[in-house]
Amino acid sequence: MARLTIPAEELVRSGHSACPGCGATLVMRYLLKGVGNRAIVTVPACCWTVIGTPFPTTALDVPMLDCAFEATGASISGLRAAADQLGLKDVTIVGFAGDGGTVDIGLQALSGMLERRTDGIYVMYDNEAYMNTGVQRSGATPEGAWTTTTPVDEFSRGKLEPKKDIMAIVAAHRPAYAATVNVAFPEDFVKKVQKAKAIKGPRFVHALAPCPPGWRYSSEKTIEIGRLATDTNMFPLYEIEDGVYRITRKLGVAKPVRDYLKTQGRFAHLGETEVAQIQAEVDARWKRLLALETLV
Amino acid sequence: MVELVISGNYAQSYAAKLARVHVVSAYPITPQTSIVEKLAEFVASGELHAEYIKVESEHSALQACISASALGARTYTATSSQGLLLMHELLHWAAGARTPVVMGVVNRAVAPPWSIWTDHTDTVAQRDTGWIQFYGESNQEVLDTTLMAFRLAEHPEVRLPTMVTEDAFYLSHTVEPVDIPSQEEIDRFLPPRERSATLEVGTAMRLGSFTGPDLYMEFRHKIAAAMGRARDVFLEIEDDYARLTGRNHGGPLPTYKVDDADTVLVTMGTATTTAKGVVDAMRADGHKVGLAKLRTFRPFPVQELRELAGGVDRIGVLDRSFTFGAAGAAFTEVAGALYSLPQRPVLRDFVAGLGGRDITATTVREALLDLLTRDGPEAAWVELKRRDGGD
Repeated sequence: MARLTIPAEELVRSGHSACPGCGATLVMRYLLKGVGNRAIVTVPACCWTVIGTPFPTTALDVPMLDCAFEATGASISGLRAAADQLGLKDVTIVGFAGDGGTVDIGLQALSGMLERRTDGIYVMYDNEAYMNTGVQRSGATPEGAWTTTTPVDEFSRGKLEPKKDIMAIVAAHRPAYAATVNVAFPEDFVKKVQKAKAIKGPRFVHALAPCPPGWRYSSEKTIEIGRLATDTNMFPLYEIEDGVYRITRKLGVAKPVRDYLKTQGRFAHLGETEVAQIQAEVDARWKRLLALETLV
Repeated sequence: MVELVISGNYAQSYAAKLARVHVVSAYPITPQTSIVEKLAEFVASGELHAEYIKVESEHSALQACISASALGARTYTATSSQGLLLMHELLHWAAGARTPVVMGVVNRAVAPPWSIWTDHTDTVAQRDTGWIQFYGESNQEVLDTTLMAFRLAEHPEVRLPTMVTEDAFYLSHTVEPVDIPSQEEIDRFLPPRERSATLEVGTAMRLGSFTGPDLYMEFRHKIAAAMGRARDVFLEIEDDYARLTGRNHGGPLPTYKVDDADTVLVTMGTATTTAKGVVDAMRADGHKVGLAKLRTFRPFPVQELRELAGGVDRIGVLDRSFTFGAAGAAFTEVAGALYSLPQRPVLRDFVAGLGGRDITATTVREALLDLLTRDGPEAAWVELKRRDGGD
């Protein structure tokens, strides 16, 4: 089987301060392997604020600009405009935000950037909660998950609402390119980033970033759980190019979501009925994605 | 140089154009809108070669400017009132990350109740954000100060964001003859921004980093020190500008007839012009009154005020805003600046002209007569309408 060679160059330094098994760190690592060193990364408040290490050190070999929590999209536009005016034509502007900073507080700025057709890449690393502040629910937290603000007790069963479909929201803006990636599939990940890099216009990358402390699993299981997320259709891998959908990993028969849910403490409380509901929701979304793929 | 009859808003637009800004990022809000509309026209016609980012909110407008500035671009935006309040978080970001963004602010009251008219609450409320603040009295002063603001903000000894404010409608929409310097003159006065302490592509660096208790205080102290240097740097810049254009607006605390005055009124913005007329009239009646204008609110002209206060008996402060539970913001600043003097003048606080209420000659005369005859610590709300028996 032909395999993509993942660039050997490391632009994330070993001296970062992430938790063991951190998916978000792998997202940055594969992202920069795909984008290369002529990049500027702007990062709002998120885990990477801390992972990036405190002054005067930095965990990246590319420049990093911190920005306000809700302003990643605007920060990308500002950097792009300055780069164009200052003649820095070959630089890739990358916004790197968590799920809370994207689907919740930063949604407006993301929408503005997409509508403006800013030539930049917005990466959302999705660890499915506000992990930086200690596991509070976000709009990207999946249905049924325990978090500290959706506890499990007599009157509460974790998060009641389904995960916000950020890819659909982004797709409605007709971006130049959008893709889902998963740290458990690094070749697909890097390939999509390299593809995104070569395209002009607003691009969006939705990256699954498993989180051992937040999802309550043992830190060596990140890749295994990441694979299950895609192979149960909880987190399908696909891309949207000029409005055309293409699923990039399609199994004949997906594994049951139960296999994924049982790996994590945040779903440990779920009963048969709840698991069946989640399975039904995942099946419906998968069916819809298959239908979208047939549209040209 | 050419003379045009233009509004204060257009004075801002022309200044940004002459400064050859690289990036304008803007959102409309009354009564600021015509500033950014004019800039859009300049870009559309090719008179200004800049990136014009049409953002979806004032919050994003300022973030885009900060990020562009972090990469070394010269950036400008403008706002007013609620828009400035929405930016508040990012005002801190701009100063903390030492990005020398220049912003025009049209001073407007804040809601509720809705009001689109002049009031200084919007900008006074930003005094702790680390921005240099200028208050304009005329359209000419607005244009000249905005041009100086770019050089001040970008000065390597300062590197702080700077706002130039103008009173809603009194300046923003009122036209006056304004001398517009030539592009050649301004190119000499304001060379392209030096890209120092900015992001470098291909380099490991982080701007706007986080830090622990071991260093945070030192970062803040650097801002404090830069603000401390801003006064002297500004005086140099103003001298330079005066050599170029013949206009000098008098530093951070311009005064009017204070040499032999025993009583001085401190003003901000357009009320100053009215107050000058009242000073003339009262001098004709034998009162030794004078005037001092707070042209910069940050850095606050402590040194100039102390020198002024050493020779006078009474100082009144005309505040176009109020800090609830305390006093007018300008008053508390003046009082704070003068407290350590061995002999302090009597201080009185006058609150006037909120929400666009006209500050007329009568308003100022009433305040000055009060100042001449009464002591007392409470703020006097001048010309406040009261119902019988109520508040």
